[in-house]
Amino acid sequence: MLLLSLAVTSIVGTVIPQNENPAAYFRAYGESVYKLFDLLGIFDMYHSWWFRFLILLLTINIVVCSIDRLSATWKIIFVKNPLFNLSRFRTLSQKEVFTDKHSPKELSTVYETFISRHFGYTQVEETDKGLCIFAEKWRWTRFGVYIVHLSVILLLIGGLIGSLFGFEGFAIIPEHEKIDSIRLRNTGQVRALGFEVLCDDFNISFYDNGTPKEYRSSLTIIEHGKPVHKKDIIVNDPLRFKGINIFQSSYGKMPSSALQKEKIHKKDPSEDITLNVVGKESGNAYKIKAVIGKPLDLPEGLGKFVIVEYRKSAEFGGQNIGQAYIGILTPKDKDPVKIMLPLHFPNFDKMRRGAVVISVAEQETKTFNPGEKSDQRYYTGLQITKDPGVWVVYTGFIGMIIGIFITFFMSHQRVCIEMVKRGKQSQIIITGTANKNKLAMQNRIKKISEKLINLQ
Amino acid sequence: MNSSVLLSITTFTYGLATFFYFAFLIFKKPLLGRLATWTALTGIVVNAAGIILRWVESYRLGIGHAPLSNMYESLVFFSCTIVIIYLVIERRYKTTVIGAVATPLAFLAMSYASLSPNINDRIQPLIPALKSNWLIAHVITCFLGYAAFAIAFGISLMYLCKQRDAEGKNNFLSHFPKSRVLDELTHQMVMFGFLFLSIGIITGSVWANSAWGSYWSWDPKETWSLITWFVYATFLHARMMRGWSGKRIAYLSILGFMAMIFTYFGVNLLPGLHSYGSG
Repeated sequence: MLLLSLAVTSIVGTVIPQNENPAAYFRAYGESVYKLFDLLGIFDMYHSWWFRFLILLLTINIVVCSIDRLSATWKIIFVKNPLFNLSRFRTLSQKEVFTDKHSPKELSTVYETFISRHFGYTQVEETDKGLCIFAEKWRWTRFGVYIVHLSVILLLIGGLIGSLFGFEGFAIIPEHEKIDSIRLRNTGQVRALGFEVLCDDFNISFYDNGTPKEYRSSLTIIEHGKPVHKKDIIVNDPLRFKGINIFQSSYGKMPSSALQKEKIHKKDPSEDITLNVVGKESGNAYKIKAVIGKPLDLPEGLGKFVIVEYRKSAEFGGQNIGQAYIGILTPKDKDPVKIMLPLHFPNFDKMRRGAVVISVAEQETKTFNPGEKSDQRYYTGLQITKDPGVWVVYTGFIGMIIGIFITFFMSHQRVCIEMVKRGKQSQIIITGTANKNKLAMQNRIKKISEKLINLQ
Repeated sequence: MNSSVLLSITTFTYGLATFFYFAFLIFKKPLLGRLATWTALTGIVVNAAGIILRWVESYRLGIGHAPLSNMYESLVFFSCTIVIIYLVIERRYKTTVIGAVATPLAFLAMSYASLSPNINDRIQPLIPALKSNWLIAHVITCFLGYAAFAIAFGISLMYLCKQRDAEGKNNFLSHFPKSRVLDELTHQMVMFGFLFLSIGIITGSVWANSAWGSYWSWDPKETWSLITWFVYATFLHARMMRGWSGKRIAYLSILGFMAMIFTYFGVNLLPGLHSYGSG
C-alpha cells in the first residue's frame, strides 16, 4: 500500500513540469483540452484538490504503517535485560574460531573488559561447555526509520502551517517611494503589512563582460512614521522583520515622465512602433518598425511577427504590467505563440527563453550606462513572505538527515563469544548478528576476533 | 599549464582506465587490473588538480568562485566523484571488475563536457542568485548522490547481464562478482546515494528559502529531484519491507537512474529557476 501511493505520487509528478506555466500561455492546447486541464487544476496542480488528497493519503499511510510496526519495535527496544539465545548464535554459519592456552575463566575477564569498551551492554553467562560473553549495542537505532517518517510528517505539517498562516506576495517600489501593502501571489489580493517599506536606493553592478553582478536595494522599515530598521538587501541576503521576510527578486526602470507622455500619445494604432529584435543565437540586435496589424518578417529567418493589439493596462499572472502590445510570433517551423511586450519592461520577452527576444524600443535613443547616475529611476521588485511553518520544516530536515543516517548506516549489533574448555586449552568461537547490512557485520566479527587473539 | 589542459588529460586518462578495465575483464591478467586501478587513481588526481586550478584561475580573473557553477563544471565534478566512490568500493570489496562500468561513465561525462557544442567551458562570473555559501554544500552533496546512483546503475546492468547467463557459460561474465554481491552492492550504493540526495535537496531547499523566500516552489528541477527521491524511496521500501532482491531491484535502480539523468539534463529543456545549470 505504502509503495503504491509513493509510486502514484511519482507518476503524478512526472505529468507536472509541462503544466507549470500560467494558464494564459497555454491556449496552445486548444479550447477543449484547455478547459479540461483547467477543471482538473493541472495548471496549478500542486494546489489542486486531488494532489492534496494524494499527499493526505501518503501521510495517513506513513502514520498507519509506522504505528503498526512501532508497537512491535517498541517491545524490542525497551527491555531491561536483553535476552540472548545461545542456540541461535550457535547455528550461525559465519563464525570465527581460534584456540588459546588460558582457561575460559581467565579469558572471560580479559575479554569482557575489551568488549565492554566497544559495546554498550555485556553479560557473561555459564553454558554447558564453558563460559559465554554476550554483548550488544545500538539497539535504539531500530528507531531510525521512525525518525525519518516523523520528519516527513513534520515537513508536511510545516508546509500546512505555512499555507494556512503564512503568505507569499510581491511588491514593486520605485526608488524613494514606499509601500504599506503587498499583492499576494496566488490570489492577487492586497494585504497590509502593518509597517511601511521605503526603497531608499536601488543599484545594479555589472561584471566586465556585462552580466549582472549584484542587485542591491537599500530599504528602510518605517513603523508608526518612524524608521526602525535599515538594511541593504541583495539576492542571497534578505531582510527579516517581525517574521516577515523581504527578498530581492527583480528590478526595472521607471519610464521617465517625458517618455510616459509619448507612449500615452502612441495610442493611435496607425503610428509606427519601433521594436528591438535580438536573435539569441547570433546576439545581433535589430531595430524594426512595426504597425499594428501588419505582419513582418524577422531577420535571420527567425520567423514572422505581427502586433495585434495595444492594451493600456495589461495583466500577466494576475499582475498589472501596465501598457503593452500583444503580438503573435510564428517562429520558423514552429507553432505561433502569443507574446506580450510591456512598454515598461524591456526584458519581459526574455523570460520566454525563445530563439528571439522582442521588446518595444524606447523612443529616446539614450544608451544605458550602468555606472553613471542618470535621471532614470529604478524600481525594485521584492518578494515578501511570511512562513511561520519554516522552523517545523527545518526541524523535519534535520531529523530526516539524522534519521536516514541511522537507518542505513547504523544497526543493532549483537555478538556472542563462547569459550569452550578443550583439555588444558580453550576454544573461542565468535559469532554475531545485525539487523541490517549483514556483510559488514561479518567483517566486524573478523576484526573483533583478530583483536582478541592479540590481546594476550 | 592551465585547467583545460589538465581536464583534457583527465578525459584521456579515464578513457585509458576504461580500456584497461575492459582488457582486465577479457584477459583476466591481474597486472592489467592493477594498471587499470592506478590509471583511474591518476585520473582522479589530475581531475582534482584541474578543478583546483580552475578555482585559482577564477580568482586570477577577479571573479573567484568555486568551480561548481554551470553544466561544464558540474560534469567535471561528477566524473571525479564517480571514480572516487568507485575506487573506495574497489578497495573495500576487493573487486576490480566493476571498474568496467564505472570508469566509462566518468569518461562519458568528461567527453560530453568537453565535446558538446551546447556546453560552455569558459570560466564565467557568478550570477547574483548563485552567490551563496550554500552553493558548495548543495552541489557537492547532490553530486555525491548522483555519482552513487550512477554506480548503482552500472552494477545493476552487470547484475542483469550476469542473470541472463545463469550457468556461467559465458567466459566474459563468469569473471563478474557473484550475483549476491552485485545485488548487495547496488543496495549499498542506493542507500549512500539516497542519504546524499536527501541532504542535497534539503540544502537546496534551505538555500532557496534564503534567496527566493520559499523553500519549495515546484520548479521543474525541484520536482524532478523529488521524483527521483520517490523512486529510490520505493526501491528501499521494496527491499527492506517486501524483501525484494535481484532483477526487480536492478530494474528499480535503473528506473531511478533514468529519473536522475532527467533531473540532471532533461530539466534544462523546461523553463525554471535552475536555468544556469544548462549551459
